[in-house]
Amino acid sequence: MSNSITMFKKDLFYKSLKQAFVKLNPKSMFRNPVMFTVWIGTFIMLIVSIATLFGVKEQGSFAYNVAVFLTLFLTLLFANFAEAIAEARGKAQADSLRKTRQETPAKLQNGSVVSSAELQKGDVFICESGDIIPSDGEIIEGLATIDESAITGESAPVIREAGGDKSSVTGGTKVLSDKIVVQVTTQPGESFLDKMITLVEGASRQKTPNEIALTILLAGFTLVFIIVCITLKPFADYANVSITIASFISLFVCLIPTTIGGLLSAIGIAGMDRALRANVITKSGKAVETAGDIDVLLLDKTGTITIGNRKATHFYPANAIDEKTLIRAAVLSSMADETPEGKSILELAGINPLSYEVKNPVFIKFTAETRSSGIDYENTRIRKGATDAIKGLVLTAGNQFPLEVENRVKEISQNGGTPLVVSENEKALGVIELQDIVKPGIQERFERLRKMGIKTVMVTGDNPLTAKFIAEKAGVDDFIAEAKPEDKMNYIKREQSEGRLVAMMGDGTNDAPALAQADVGVAMNSGTQAAKEAGNMVDLDNDPTKLIEVVEIGKQLLMTRGTLTTFSIANDVAKYFAIIPALFITAIPALQGLNVMKLHSPESAILAAVIFNAIIIPLLIPLALKGVAYKPIGASALLRRNLLIYGLGGVLVPFVGIKLIDMVLSIFF
Amino acid sequence: MNTEILGILVMFGLSIILAIPLGKYIAKVYAGERTLLDPIFNPLEKLFYRLSGINPKTAMNWKQHIVALLIINAVWFVLGMIVLMMQGSLPLNPDKNPNMSVDLAFNTVVSFVVNCNLQHYSGESGLSYLGQYWLMFLQFVSAGTGMAAAVVIFKAFREKTTISLGNFYEHLVKSCTRILLPISFIVAVVLVFEGTPMTFEGKDTMTTLQGDTVSVSRGPAAAFVAIKHVGTNGGGFFGVNSAHPFENPSYLTNMVEMIAQMVIPMAMVFAFGYFIKRGKLSWMIFGVMTLGFLLLVIPTIRTEMYGNPAITAMGVEPGLGAMEGKEVRFGAATSGFWSIATTVISTGSVNAMHDSMMPLSGMNELLAMMTNSFYGGVGVGILNFFLFLVLAVFISGLMVGRTPEFLGKKIEAKEMKIAIIITLLHPFLILAITALAVALPDYTVESINNPGFHGFSEMLYEYTSSAANNGSGFEGLKDNTPWWNISTGIVLILSRFLPIIGPVAIAGLLAEKKFIPEGGGTLQTDTSTFGVVVFTVIVVVAALAFFPALALGPLAEYFSKI
Repeated sequence: MSNSITMFKKDLFYKSLKQAFVKLNPKSMFRNPVMFTVWIGTFIMLIVSIATLFGVKEQGSFAYNVAVFLTLFLTLLFANFAEAIAEARGKAQADSLRKTRQETPAKLQNGSVVSSAELQKGDVFICESGDIIPSDGEIIEGLATIDESAITGESAPVIREAGGDKSSVTGGTKVLSDKIVVQVTTQPGESFLDKMITLVEGASRQKTPNEIALTILLAGFTLVFIIVCITLKPFADYANVSITIASFISLFVCLIPTTIGGLLSAIGIAGMDRALRANVITKSGKAVETAGDIDVLLLDKTGTITIGNRKATHFYPANAIDEKTLIRAAVLSSMADETPEGKSILELAGINPLSYEVKNPVFIKFTAETRSSGIDYENTRIRKGATDAIKGLVLTAGNQFPLEVENRVKEISQNGGTPLVVSENEKALGVIELQDIVKPGIQERFERLRKMGIKTVMVTGDNPLTAKFIAEKAGVDDFIAEAKPEDKMNYIKREQSEGRLVAMMGDGTNDAPALAQADVGVAMNSGTQAAKEAGNMVDLDNDPTKLIEVVEIGKQLLMTRGTLTTFSIANDVAKYFAIIPALFITAIPALQGLNVMKLHSPESAILAAVIFNAIIIPLLIPLALKGVAYKPIGASALLRRNLLIYGLGGVLVPFVGIKLIDMVLSIFF
Repeated sequence: MNTEILGILVMFGLSIILAIPLGKYIAKVYAGERTLLDPIFNPLEKLFYRLSGINPKTAMNWKQHIVALLIINAVWFVLGMIVLMMQGSLPLNPDKNPNMSVDLAFNTVVSFVVNCNLQHYSGESGLSYLGQYWLMFLQFVSAGTGMAAAVVIFKAFREKTTISLGNFYEHLVKSCTRILLPISFIVAVVLVFEGTPMTFEGKDTMTTLQGDTVSVSRGPAAAFVAIKHVGTNGGGFFGVNSAHPFENPSYLTNMVEMIAQMVIPMAMVFAFGYFIKRGKLSWMIFGVMTLGFLLLVIPTIRTEMYGNPAITAMGVEPGLGAMEGKEVRFGAATSGFWSIATTVISTGSVNAMHDSMMPLSGMNELLAMMTNSFYGGVGVGILNFFLFLVLAVFISGLMVGRTPEFLGKKIEAKEMKIAIIITLLHPFLILAITALAVALPDYTVESINNPGFHGFSEMLYEYTSSAANNGSGFEGLKDNTPWWNISTGIVLILSRFLPIIGPVAIAGLLAEKKFIPEGGGTLQTDTSTFGVVVFTVIVVVAALAFFPALALGPLAEYFSKI
């Protein structure tokens, strides 16, 4: 609904109307071969109309010629209007995003304050709590909580800090606490949003490969009918039939695929615009098109398939150990643990760690070698970590690793959980179970993707057993466990070598090579500059499920092109039956038999066909902009459905439409 | 049931039943698998290869295929010109027939090289037996050329990604020796037993019942007539083609000749499926072709059986149907069936005069050649159909929300360009050259037998037949003039080789591309839904473009008479 409302917003409407006239310039018409031939036809009709005004008799009445001329002129305007309104909507959408990054003062390092518009790439500015960040950039010093709701609509503040993958800030967002030093990463006017706007505006818009191929097809159809119409002249002379120029041009314009020809660029722009509405900035039209072809989706487990991070769900003490002892050890070892897992252990225990009396504690940080963390105080050494690591500690000290703990570890792993073993002075106390929470509704989304023919792959750092469990629970088709960045890359390359197209989403610098390698790489706006440069789309919402929407937008774009082409070509059948008898009836009355629609007169029949041909364009603009609805019902069912609606519909609708218009026209002609 | 109809059903049914195992055999031949005929043909082919210095194992890419094809066709053309223009003084000329004129020889050789067999001469008086033999040789190799070109497409889709598409000469030789020769042999034997002459002696004289002495032409006709149908050539040994009692003596020979011309075009469709291991795709293609065929043939048979209302109005009982220009031994229904079969397939042999058929039958014959892809000629039928497949895949691929792909290969701008140009060529040649003929009455008006709409149909038919490489004629046209010989000759060359080069190039380009495995979102091309799309594309692209021309020809004639 919102689409149709914005479409008829007054200012957009008038702006587009004006553009429709501006685009009549033959230079810009030339980009579209189908409409360019209509332009030529219109021009000829203008001359013929003037000639009849000055007394040329054999071309029919002045009124008839002018009516044809005006209808053709309207056809051109309608086609231009379609393109203009698509551009205007895209621009309006982008502008509303840009408004969030209006002029804001920027405090430079040397203390001077300049306008954000003057910031150059490489400049360094400072933001403190309460400041609006003046430009996109990368934090080079400090850490801050930032309210990104202006861009993403997400109200929870996020933490951004120098170094690592969370160092990127977006212009227009607000610093809530602390102080950061930020380096500007883009030249003014060259942000992704700026690039997108120029892409929508047309000047730098390039035709996508599929658009080129389709244009060739349409040009071919146009060429056929040029041949048909030119050769008709000697044929008609032979049969002693005289055909007016108006009739020739009407026949030609009706037969060439003006409907799709007039809407083609609008469809392409609308695709990018729909992506933008989903808060995805595309760096090229081609990326949207490719999204429709995606065969494989790589999805990070965390945040996409599961909610945030793993959470502690159970404490399992060893046989001789009291549960309280285990909980106490678990809490103490997690006191200094800033990871979400560590925090969730405290949450589950529900005990304030400061309530335990501990003297001179020394916190042991997690390292990749020890794969455990913990706390030393007095003579007590508490450790918590991966099973192997703790088992190693216990066994080296000469202690037994209890069988029930071993069994519990296995059980948890099989259920997709992550076991953490806790030891005190090299004796195993028990196990903490961490579990992933699969996002509600995610199974349905994967089911939908499967019906679209897309394979989903979960990428996780978990061990294969855990990964398998979550993969099954969420309903993904495959998983990469214990994934390192190069594993993602290799997986993508392998799928691509088998001919599949791969999409992925990422944010980190080490995701960048894979994002570049993937056919569709969506970088999160919160990600690093490297990631954003490497991908071909940027998601302003940082929403990992966005990939699914992007694929649907791509499919919609291709489908809209296909269905409107079908509709346009199917229309020819009825138009033929309207115009051909009209051309010949006067000279060969017997051909009245072909006038199956029983149209009133040759003039009214031809005009009715041309008028139908013209008004079908604005009638289809909403569909072109909104896109044909994609239903994941399998390719064959989809083809059947679209063929029925747009193919059969395309044959039948003009019969009705032309007849109705003819009935109205019969009053005048 | 009406025996006329029953005869047709048996003919059509037998063709299909024979085509399926033949398709399997053809697939085996091209795949180089063992067949029953190996012991006969292996040594024979080895001899050919040794004599010509060809290594059949040298793999070629698509460009090399095209070069080889064009060169060898040019050689055949030059030799043919020499034979026909000097036949008067060459051996095997018992009837002392004269040399051919340059323009007639050009037209004749071209039309036999391109598998069309538009004949602007009569065999009885226009050719020596050596000339007939050279044309018979061309009937074999031109059919083989078409099949060898089709094999490039077969091979292009058999491998996932490849640039080597087999050896052109091997495909050509195998097509002639292992497919065309054995079937022709069987057909020829049946013809000889039914009375078709097979002799090197000249004209015979006989005394008629009236007591007049007439001289009767004969010659090595049985062999000629067999390959004329098996290779979908259509060029008759005698002037009136298969309406001649020697070329087509009985209802049985009529049936055999009918089956002989339909069986390989049908079998090639099944061979494609067997070769690339996609039987269902074959059935989709076959289904679309058959639908098109039936939609043309059923109304034609009905129209012809109904009789000519103008003659009925004179008080003649229309029970036999419209019999003007037809042979009593075949009847109206069978002649109607033949007229569509021979135009749908690019044979162009006739057993009745198309010029005398009812206007709507004439239109259906024209439409059969204008679409030119329902069964089609040996090899080239599937090449033509392939173009429509590419167009249909492009449109319906988009409709399922993917950039278009066919059998795992993406169809992109380059393939689209070729497909469009070649698809356009057909209406362009027909309409543009007919328009030229109509616009230049100084050259053409005297050739036309009938004035008005029918005369227009005659000219339209002549060029349609040339552009479809069909070779049948609306025989009202007096076509042995330099204008017709040269203009149709040019149309023949263009409409033969470009439609071979185009699909071969597309297949070659697609073969080089990365193979994309099928997924749930992939467009299925072996379903009836997709068949509907292909059929619609053929109707809209191929048939609708001719609507205005048909309206001024057969349609105007039809509506004027009712």
